[in-house]
Amino acid sequence: MNLKMLTRALSAVGGAGLLLFAASALAVPESEWRRPWALNLPQGVTSLSEQVYNLHMLVFWIVCIIGLIVFFGVFYSVWKFRKSVGAVPAQWHHSTTVEIIWTVIPFLILLFIAIPATQTMVKIDDTSDYDMTVKVTGYQWMWEYEYLDEDISFFSRLDRDSDRARQRNPEIRPQDVEHYLLNVDNPLVVPVNTRIRFLLTANDVIHAWWVPELGWKKDAIPGFINEAWAEIREPGVYRGQCAELCGRDHGFMPIVVVALEQDDYEAWVDEQVNGNGEAEETAEVADEDNGEVAEQEDMSMDELMSVGERVYGNQCLACHQAEGQGMATFPALAGNDQVIEDREWVKDVIINGVSGTAMQAFGNRLNDEEIAGVVTYIMNAWGNDSGEEVQPADIRAAR
Amino acid sequence: MSSTTHDAHHDHHDHAPPKGMTRWLFTTNHKDLGVLYMVFALIMFFVGGAMAMVIRAELFQPGLNLVDPHFFNQMTTMHALVMIFGAVMPAFTGLANWLIPVQIGAPDMALPRVNNWAFWLLPAGFVLLLLTLFMPGGGPAGGWTMYPPLVLQLGDAFPFLIFAVHVLGISSIMGSINIVATILNMRAPGMTLMKMPLFVWAWLITAFLIVAVMPVLAGAVTMLLTDQYFGTSFFSAAGGGDPVMFQHIFWFFGHPEVYILILPAFGIVSAIIPTFARKPLFGYSSMVYATASIAFLSFIVWGHHMFSVGMPLAGQLFFMYATMLVAVPTGVKIFNWMATMWQGSMTFETPMLFAIAFVILFTIGGLSGVMLALAPVDLQYHDTYFVVAHFHYVLVSGAIFSIMAGVYYWLPKWTGHMYDERLGKWHFWLSMVSVNVLFFPQHFLGLAGMPRRIPDYALQFAEFNMISSIGGFAFGLSQLIFLWVIIKCVRGGEKASDQVWEGAKGLEWTLPSPAPYHTFETPPVVK
Repeated sequence: MNLKMLTRALSAVGGAGLLLFAASALAVPESEWRRPWALNLPQGVTSLSEQVYNLHMLVFWIVCIIGLIVFFGVFYSVWKFRKSVGAVPAQWHHSTTVEIIWTVIPFLILLFIAIPATQTMVKIDDTSDYDMTVKVTGYQWMWEYEYLDEDISFFSRLDRDSDRARQRNPEIRPQDVEHYLLNVDNPLVVPVNTRIRFLLTANDVIHAWWVPELGWKKDAIPGFINEAWAEIREPGVYRGQCAELCGRDHGFMPIVVVALEQDDYEAWVDEQVNGNGEAEETAEVADEDNGEVAEQEDMSMDELMSVGERVYGNQCLACHQAEGQGMATFPALAGNDQVIEDREWVKDVIINGVSGTAMQAFGNRLNDEEIAGVVTYIMNAWGNDSGEEVQPADIRAAR
Repeated sequence: MSSTTHDAHHDHHDHAPPKGMTRWLFTTNHKDLGVLYMVFALIMFFVGGAMAMVIRAELFQPGLNLVDPHFFNQMTTMHALVMIFGAVMPAFTGLANWLIPVQIGAPDMALPRVNNWAFWLLPAGFVLLLLTLFMPGGGPAGGWTMYPPLVLQLGDAFPFLIFAVHVLGISSIMGSINIVATILNMRAPGMTLMKMPLFVWAWLITAFLIVAVMPVLAGAVTMLLTDQYFGTSFFSAAGGGDPVMFQHIFWFFGHPEVYILILPAFGIVSAIIPTFARKPLFGYSSMVYATASIAFLSFIVWGHHMFSVGMPLAGQLFFMYATMLVAVPTGVKIFNWMATMWQGSMTFETPMLFAIAFVILFTIGGLSGVMLALAPVDLQYHDTYFVVAHFHYVLVSGAIFSIMAGVYYWLPKWTGHMYDERLGKWHFWLSMVSVNVLFFPQHFLGLAGMPRRIPDYALQFAEFNMISSIGGFAFGLSQLIFLWVIIKCVRGGEKASDQVWEGAKGLEWTLPSPAPYHTFETPPVVK
């Protein structure tokens, strides 16, 4: 199966193959923790997360006891010292002894909590001594993972089914989507029992990378690199979300971490690097230097428009709006003369972005077919009707 | 004017205010301005509440059911700005205006014209802010904290947001300077600082906090403005700046700000509990020192809002320890209120019910605050619904409950009529139950992994969100009773006595009900 057919299949089935890849091909168990009516933090799957959980439970029980003492005191007074049962008010209003007692005791309790809290903080902060490094980059609104020790990098976006179900008046109901809003097209795959260092940064605004079962979240800040670490003990699928408000689709950039046994992980890396297997190749489609230019066939207008509409919906709509009418500083595309007349300019803007504006470069995020589709779509949708057909080969040439 | 006080024509009017709109527009009378502030706060409470209803309706079930995510973000952002700067702060300032002069035996505020101007800037600022919702690109949607770079993506509304914040800040600063000047200069003979009611003390300290930190906020948003329009790079790494620096500056304002929203509440509750327990407040001086300690600590704990930004270990530990310390003076206050009730002789009129609910629910918010103070676990709690639950417990069932308690407590003094006790109790019990249905499940949501500020959520969060939304609608509707009680009380009702409450002590209860337009023109002597 060549790359192009794969891409078309991808467009047609909306990434279902990738979902299968994520969920079944890896055959790792789902976390027990994520379920309806869940009340508490997860114990997690790292030694760090367990330590955090234990600290959480310690302080939780302490504050519960303090709370109960206060509530009991108040309710007892309310019950006992009512005027209606003939209570006569005392007139004392001061006692240095009691006041010292209830200043000192809370202080000692805090001291008692501060010790394990400090130990845990020191442990979280220690990012030395790692076996591998993953660089995480936040984008509006997806994540990019780069394995710094391997030649692997890819983008990770909300999965197609969730994306369809999260629209207003959706084609499918959220209730019918497995892992609604908690599933991605390409999960982060890591080995167990390996000390992984995460380097976190962002491309546009501040994001935060949070998988509760790893025990922490950390901000991904444009222009700066944050460090964190995890050593996962059990194979499984661990899900999380962006935790820092990052714009319109902040709620729609989940994180999925798939932890594999060392052998399985190595097989996965091998597939990624050497391109064995089909589904994995698809996952890499956006970034591959495929060298198949000569074989690239023209796509029909319908195909281009269909791919373009999907890409537009995922990438462009948030700013340029559903009818291409634009919004505030985001220019209108519908009825825009330059868009209708200048296909070279449209291609250039999409591939390279416009510096100094919110328009990002999509050249390294979308493949030739996708860019060809979206250029064609923009030039023909909403009454633009330029009649232009931009083929993947044109994009290839323009890169 | 004073020479005509006893003129036969004016005898029974006692300096009646001018009639018509100009009375309210040009008034420099502290009672009129107090009323204006409180009416404004009430209107904003319903505006901000309507936004909260949109949020809870959207979150009623999974899926995008009502609004676009961009509009949802505008609602969360504006809800916070409106409630903080439009409802809670003006309500406290209104109470301060009305009460501080009559509690310290002063004829009016020290700077009456500043007082008028400080109030009228508020509606101007809010017109600016609320109009942004109708601008191309919509209103602010990056959170009330206005973090760059996200806030810089705001469209035409951006400069209006910044200007509105400036206007509101100027208003708060002028109001606070007036309060400080009044308290320090206009106390009646014998009213020493340590004899002042705790509400006055709380406001004196709050006013200093406002004067100290509002300019910091103004500076931070001005830097945003120059980053956007004048080519500076304070908060852009590409130009050598740092987006996290904004967060440091913002929270240096922001943490004192949250105590600005709660210290006056401590003062109100410290007035109400002794009245209805018929027993003097326990530990008056330790209450004053605790309030001052909390205010001091508020300046050195801002980093606990930023544990996840990647501060050095030493910074994280420092902010963790400092934050934990806040629990000590706060605990002293809670215990003092409990000790005041102990061996009292309590009755449970509506103000007392709200005050007791305040003690209980504020304690819940305070205890979850202790949990949040711990940096390593905050890395789990941060930016989740656990935080949302925490600050709504301290702000809604804390600050707003105290304001409601205060309104019921002083309403007879303001209007001369008793409010409808039966309706007041209905309002209390419905609010008390619904506020817990609304916010308690949000603790669970946060711990179970739901981030805040999201318009849609995974299916596992559906149950608790639905419960929370039902509580939200019930709480919203219950507030209509509050509105009705106030209107009814202004229009008529049983005549209130001068002292109003059997156990009430303090200068304001020596005045007739309703208090005349001008009071304490001859200072009382405090023994």
